[in-house]
Amino acid sequence: MSNSFLIILGIITPLFAALFSYVCRYNNNLRDSFGIIGGLITFVISLKIFHGIQNNEVFQITFFTLFDGVDFAFKVSPLGSIFSLVASSLWILASIYTIGYMRGAGEKNQTRFVIFYSIAIHAALAIAWSGNLLVLFIFYEILTFSTFPLVGHKQNAESQTAGRLYLSILVGTSLIFFLPAIFWIWLETGTLDFQDGGILINKFPAEYLSFLIAMLVFGIGKAAIMPIHRWLPAAMVAPTPVSALLHAVAVVKAGVFSFLVVIIYIVGPDFLLQTKSSDWLVWLACFTIMASSIIAITKDDLKARLAYSTISQLSYIILGAALASSLALKGASFHIITHALGKITLFFCAGAIYVTAHIKKVSDLKGIGYKLPLIFFAYTLGALSIIGVPPFIGSWSKFYLIMGSIEREFIIVAIILGISSLLNIYYLLQPVVIGFTQNSKIEIKLIKAPLTVWPPLITGLACLVFFFYANYFLNNVSGVIVN
Amino acid sequence: MFDIFLDDAPALVVVLPLLISAIIAFMPSKIWPWMISIITLLLHLFLSLHLLKEISVSGLIIYEFGNWEPPWGISFKIDGVNIGLQLLFSIFVLVSTFYSRKIFLNEIDYRDSGKAYSLWLLAVGSLNGIILTNDIFNLFVFLEISALASISLIALGAGQNRKALLAAFNYLIIGAIGATFYVIGVGFAYAMTGTLNMNDLVIQLAQYSDGQLAIFAGMSFMLIGLMVKAAIFPVHIWLPPAYSYAPSAVSTLLAALATKTILYFFVRLLYEVFIIYPSYLSLFLDFVLFPLSLLAIFIGTVIAIYQDDIKKLLAFSSIAQIGYITLAFSLKDHIGVVSGFVHIFNHALIKGGLFMAVGYFAILYKDRVTLNSLKGFGYKYPITSFALLICGLSLIGLPLTNGFISKLYLFQALYTNEMYFSIALVAVSSALAVVYFWKIVEQMWFSEIKFKSEKEDAYIYLPIWIITISIIVFGLYSTPIIEFSNLSADYLISGYQN
Repeated sequence: MSNSFLIILGIITPLFAALFSYVCRYNNNLRDSFGIIGGLITFVISLKIFHGIQNNEVFQITFFTLFDGVDFAFKVSPLGSIFSLVASSLWILASIYTIGYMRGAGEKNQTRFVIFYSIAIHAALAIAWSGNLLVLFIFYEILTFSTFPLVGHKQNAESQTAGRLYLSILVGTSLIFFLPAIFWIWLETGTLDFQDGGILINKFPAEYLSFLIAMLVFGIGKAAIMPIHRWLPAAMVAPTPVSALLHAVAVVKAGVFSFLVVIIYIVGPDFLLQTKSSDWLVWLACFTIMASSIIAITKDDLKARLAYSTISQLSYIILGAALASSLALKGASFHIITHALGKITLFFCAGAIYVTAHIKKVSDLKGIGYKLPLIFFAYTLGALSIIGVPPFIGSWSKFYLIMGSIEREFIIVAIILGISSLLNIYYLLQPVVIGFTQNSKIEIKLIKAPLTVWPPLITGLACLVFFFYANYFLNNVSGVIVN
Repeated sequence: MFDIFLDDAPALVVVLPLLISAIIAFMPSKIWPWMISIITLLLHLFLSLHLLKEISVSGLIIYEFGNWEPPWGISFKIDGVNIGLQLLFSIFVLVSTFYSRKIFLNEIDYRDSGKAYSLWLLAVGSLNGIILTNDIFNLFVFLEISALASISLIALGAGQNRKALLAAFNYLIIGAIGATFYVIGVGFAYAMTGTLNMNDLVIQLAQYSDGQLAIFAGMSFMLIGLMVKAAIFPVHIWLPPAYSYAPSAVSTLLAALATKTILYFFVRLLYEVFIIYPSYLSLFLDFVLFPLSLLAIFIGTVIAIYQDDIKKLLAFSSIAQIGYITLAFSLKDHIGVVSGFVHIFNHALIKGGLFMAVGYFAILYKDRVTLNSLKGFGYKYPITSFALLICGLSLIGLPLTNGFISKLYLFQALYTNEMYFSIALVAVSSALAVVYFWKIVEQMWFSEIKFKSEKEDAYIYLPIWIITISIIVFGLYSTPIIEFSNLSADYLISGYQN
């Protein structure tokens, strides 16, 4: 199979999954199986592309010209190959989990849910493999619109408000800041293509660069940097599979991925290091990390707590991008994988607890750990990985980020990262502690939903196992930074 | 044999609809008035295509009525500036006439359909005259014919809602004031120069190179009159009620074309005639048109957000969109005029499509379409709803639609002029457009009410989809629109640069 065909196949497979799910909407098992099949196909394709990138193969395809210097084109970058691998592999598990969750929780409109779920993955893959900034923007918007029905899935007043907030923040920021920033780049350089080392150097006025960076970081609302983070906790009204795959992996990672791509292939790390235009962003990212960790501590709702934890973790990646040194970028890119694995585990567990025991609040978890040992085991693995304890995969990205900040001589940043880890320990492990130490006197009826138990176990164990195979990913991550 | 007619093509595109309109006025038939109109407009399209062919060869056609030479007789002028608009006009009128049949049958008594189509063709012919005329008084005549035809058409909406009468009356009064202003201005110009022909006017005005108060007064009168007619903020107040209470087919025609043709003449007058007083022109553009456009964009969008009636919402959005166009025209350079014309084309398609879809909903709902009444329409009438969705996304200006191309050029124009505040305002306003549009989408797809799906009428959704597909096609392949706009700007701005 030719390389360009692989890209097309990878991008349209989720669309076909959506189509087949619609066609087979009266047969629940058949309908839900297409998510798994689509996941398997895209996973194989992503893996092939991932290896191809390691062997310096070129994956690109150009369809037609949109306007001067901007084509509708796809081209896989090393960073994109990582993101697509993460999204597609977790899609398989999430599809399995979705079956267990949606049926266990008795949600309505499951067909619509499955369809938009697949479309969202389609958009995420297209973002990962986009060849220029405008194509990225197109699918960024498609991702927003396709996740709106998922956020507002319950169609009650609460989810309607949340859906509106979600949409208005994400679309609003993208139209007010991101799109004008794209126009600006195009007007100054005449192109939007992703190139190693960036396209702005010698073309873009250096004195305005920090302004452009601001437009980008606030325009890419999916990266959820403060103060543009409110949509993420609001989106937690969605069923947990959405929170797990989309708001821990696909959507938010699409946001930070977009920002990383802009920094690495549009602005260029060297240009950024020369002008130091993103140093202010380092402090904003630090603020977001600390502030959202503190808010997370105060949240009793488990999913809300995880949402704020996600905001904090996303800012690690923004921090790495803002530092722009090679180690920091390496850490930031790697953090896409590590955080995805860890956080999807946590969300899977939160959803599994909800389905089996109908508990949403941390304080209600008393004694549940004895009844759901597997789920709590998986949760602990995921939490430890996010905290960054060796031998879990999360320790690698944190290590590189701290090294990166020391490389740039931001010692305070390294300290803040350390404090943040301490806070992580508190708010992520507290549920486990509550679950196992205090015995609950109330009997709780448990519903069996085995399909919600195995996916988190797999991802949780993956956090542990991949610690030893980190080089497998790091090879590609190193390809990201060309110095 | 046809050659004789083809030589008179510039006159025929205007005269043919006017003539036929007189013929069909007394036909109390369901089908014939529509049939004859369609045939007429097919001929009209054919003539327009012929004109395009001629223009691509010669570049300029001056048609003298009765062979009277220009300074004395009336003449039509077809050149690069208006040929694109002429083509768009011809095509859109045909599509919307095709669409109008079932809509008219539902909204007015079929015995009136002869009168309706008679007025319809009258409006078509006179609006086409505005595009082609090269004579400032002749323009006044066409303005009046088109206004009277439109007013009567709007008043036909009284069968549905009595407020249509009030809207028509408002339009009559305000439109008449606008026309009076314009004709007073023409009077001043004629008194000073003794000519009404635009080309001649340029030559005659040149002798008053230091500027005469009378001429400036006349120019101001003309411009204000046209601003009223083109619904430029703050003299737009006649437009929202007129568009929203008119029969749906009429709203479609008016929203897509009526203001656009006048805007075209407005910019032609500015850049072709008034250009000889650059200081006056920049005074007007910088201190009147530019700030008013910004206000229109912002206020139009904000008011649209608070509308409950969908047609009113679209009408206020039109005010904002006209603001985009005038903003681009106020920039005084090539790229600005290009982006203005690009948006004239694109917005005609977008708003036409939107009004068509909402008009159809009004028929289906058998009442005025409000936000609440749209509940579940996305499931009930999926074909039309998807068309509405695509048109709406284009209105917001998302990539892959032609609205994005408009925005791209507008940003480029503003950026080259270093108007960063305007860029910010346009960006904010396009984000606010999401708010009002998404309210519609939310009601259509994400509300509780369940319907069984109903069959939609192909005669109605076909034209809607023709427009919708053209929106996507011009979003992906924008070259034709860009070429025509470039051509228009080349002709207009070449005068300015000299």
